[in-house]
Amino acid sequence: MSHDLVEKGFLPAFDNPLLSKLDDSAIFEAKGRLAFTTDSYIVTPIFFPGGDIGKLAVCGTVNDLAMSGATPLYLSVSFIIEEGFPLSDLKRIVASIQQAAEESGVKVVTGDTKVVNRGSVDKLFINTAGVGVVPDEVDISGSNARVGDRIILSGPIGDHGIAVMSKREGLKFASPVKSDCAPLNKLVAEMLEASSKIHALRDPTRGGLASTLNEFAMQSQVGILIYEDMIPVRDEVRAACEMLGFDPLYVANEGRLVAVVAPDDAERVVESIQHNKYGAEAAIIGEVLQEHPGRVVMRTHLGTSRIVDMLVGELLPRIC
Amino acid sequence: MFEKKKMRFIDEFRDAELAKAVIGRIHRRSRRHVRLMEFCGGHTVAIMKHGLRQLLPETVEMLSGPGCPVCVTANQDLDKAIALARHPGVIITTFGDMLKIPGSRSSLQKVRADGADVRVVYSTIDALQIARENPEKAVVFIGIGFEATAPTVAASIINADEEWISNYYVLSMHKLCPPVIEALLSCGEVKLDGLICPGHVSAIIGSRPWEFAATDYGIACVVSGFEPLDILQSVAMLVDQLERGEPRVDIAYRRGVRPEGNLRAQELMNTVFEFSPATWRGIGTVPDSGLILRKEYERFDAELAFDIEPGQTLEHKGCLCGDILRGVKTPVDCKLFGTSCTPEHPVGPCMVSSEGSCASYYHYETA
Amino acid sequence: MCLAIPALVKSLEGDLAEVEIGGIGRKISTVLTPEVKVGDYVLLHTGYAINVIDEEEAEETLKLFAEMALLEDELEWGTP
Repeated sequence: MSHDLVEKGFLPAFDNPLLSKLDDSAIFEAKGRLAFTTDSYIVTPIFFPGGDIGKLAVCGTVNDLAMSGATPLYLSVSFIIEEGFPLSDLKRIVASIQQAAEESGVKVVTGDTKVVNRGSVDKLFINTAGVGVVPDEVDISGSNARVGDRIILSGPIGDHGIAVMSKREGLKFASPVKSDCAPLNKLVAEMLEASSKIHALRDPTRGGLASTLNEFAMQSQVGILIYEDMIPVRDEVRAACEMLGFDPLYVANEGRLVAVVAPDDAERVVESIQHNKYGAEAAIIGEVLQEHPGRVVMRTHLGTSRIVDMLVGELLPRIC
Repeated sequence: MFEKKKMRFIDEFRDAELAKAVIGRIHRRSRRHVRLMEFCGGHTVAIMKHGLRQLLPETVEMLSGPGCPVCVTANQDLDKAIALARHPGVIITTFGDMLKIPGSRSSLQKVRADGADVRVVYSTIDALQIARENPEKAVVFIGIGFEATAPTVAASIINADEEWISNYYVLSMHKLCPPVIEALLSCGEVKLDGLICPGHVSAIIGSRPWEFAATDYGIACVVSGFEPLDILQSVAMLVDQLERGEPRVDIAYRRGVRPEGNLRAQELMNTVFEFSPATWRGIGTVPDSGLILRKEYERFDAELAFDIEPGQTLEHKGCLCGDILRGVKTPVDCKLFGTSCTPEHPVGPCMVSSEGSCASYYHYETA
Repeated sequence: MCLAIPALVKSLEGDLAEVEIGGIGRKISTVLTPEVKVGDYVLLHTGYAINVIDEEEAEETLKLFAEMALLEDELEWGTP
């Protein structure tokens, strides 16, 4: 079954010379510092408004590479499939992977499939690993934030988490909330071209914007101040959060990034991505301070201040 | 700044300019030092989330009360829910608030990790649907919440009755607010001048059940909504009452609460439930402060339908949750707060519940 | 219990209502508010309407705030 799957299912989708060789390893050359990352994807439901587990698996790993300033080159894709998982669904997901890979310009050069007994996995798990090259002059890290830097957010928060939740909760939307799942490597490339003073980059996935900002604050030992009124949130996402008792700051995103940029370059970086569909609503949402190192504080709509903590555990709908 | 579509009856009550006006009034009027308790966990969260304490004068002191329904559920009751989850053939349906709350030894989340079928639902409507879809299993809904929630649970039982759904059960841990306020006031431990009364509980029971606090104990009472302007307005009204020395019950949340409440909801609640004594964490047993299913609906009562063996009740050592719930201590008074008790590894419910006092302090308060 | 959100009733069918909050729709129960009409706003708590919102009272309250704002302005700047 596995060999068939690879030959008939995946090869045509990922047609590239390295994969077609069907050797045990893909061999390639790369010059410079290499970035290497891996992640496993277990999202449920598998298909959600705006994407599916396949698209997520590619974008997640491409983005992890992009966030270190790397140009993503090659991916591996491994499937662990529950026995009985519909072949038509698998084909759909493979097509998603192919589309996402094509959009981001990466090649899937190696992979694996395993079919396991019913109940051993929840329908389908995917693991992707990715390799990219980091240009010599790039030094991007969560520990590089400096006092005075500005915080840039590439677009509205909460879309992915709410899109997934909406399927589970049976929420209908006047304008459907789609997951923001997207590959951001080209966006990052444009930003790097606009400025050499991008100090930190991260995509706020699980735990949302709040958790990413806390990570920066702790890694760099700086304080971060953000402004509630400056943070873009779609109306429907806000309404869904109010209804379920969520705070958009903690809801997962899969196609957004947070950048920490030197103050004189901040406006330029925002402008550099506003024409890009993934950066059209980019905004400066805050700054890095010397005060309260390791903590993130938000200036509320009313002008008061409150701490924005890290997310602990999972986001649960509440009634109180 | 991005354009935000207004959410009706929410955004107008978050207006920063209007808030300034109400705050100005509070500062002008407030002379004497007053202690106000917000009973409801939802009020605690709103106050913290919008940083409202920072806007009030020093003469107004805010205390958090025992209005967090999961926080006040005693370990012996939590243990029952957890024990029931371990029964084969049982699907536990619960609000998200309950999932991580620690009982004597475990939590619903932990038993779920061990293989128990525990599902978070947004509504009893979802729980009933799960019952319809799983006729061979017993679906037990964990009934927590005060008078805003109890009528919805009552409605689900009546629904199950009318539809002849025979595999739906409720484990009632519902509690009532006025009796516990009375218990707090009568034991005299907490010095209170005013009470911010829970708005959605009052939407159901009306404002009259709070009158005893004003007439018997001289406490100023204002029924409050949950948006920043609502809460600030309520503080302003309490300050007014106290400056005049005229404690009474006022409704600030006039768009949501009538003095008589929601009679239909009260009727449904009384049809299905009757009063019983209930054990409140940190307070003890309070007569007529809980709800149990009436005899006519006893076939839906999980307590009667199942052999529940919760095991010995253990209390969390050093946890001041009980004192904090009564308003006599604050989270910072607790030796465990921020050290061995944090959201990552909580000891007591006040730290786990999203609206528990300790969690709110930990998450929102500026150091 | 606290989290209840104002929702606009778009249609009614028996004990159920289709409501809208800020662009999202949901089916809820009106069993606790049998008097509700299309076009009303209700307080939505755990999938049930627990009360019909009194829009007039809401307007009154907002007017009260606006008056307070005027008064505070006068006090701050002196009566014109």
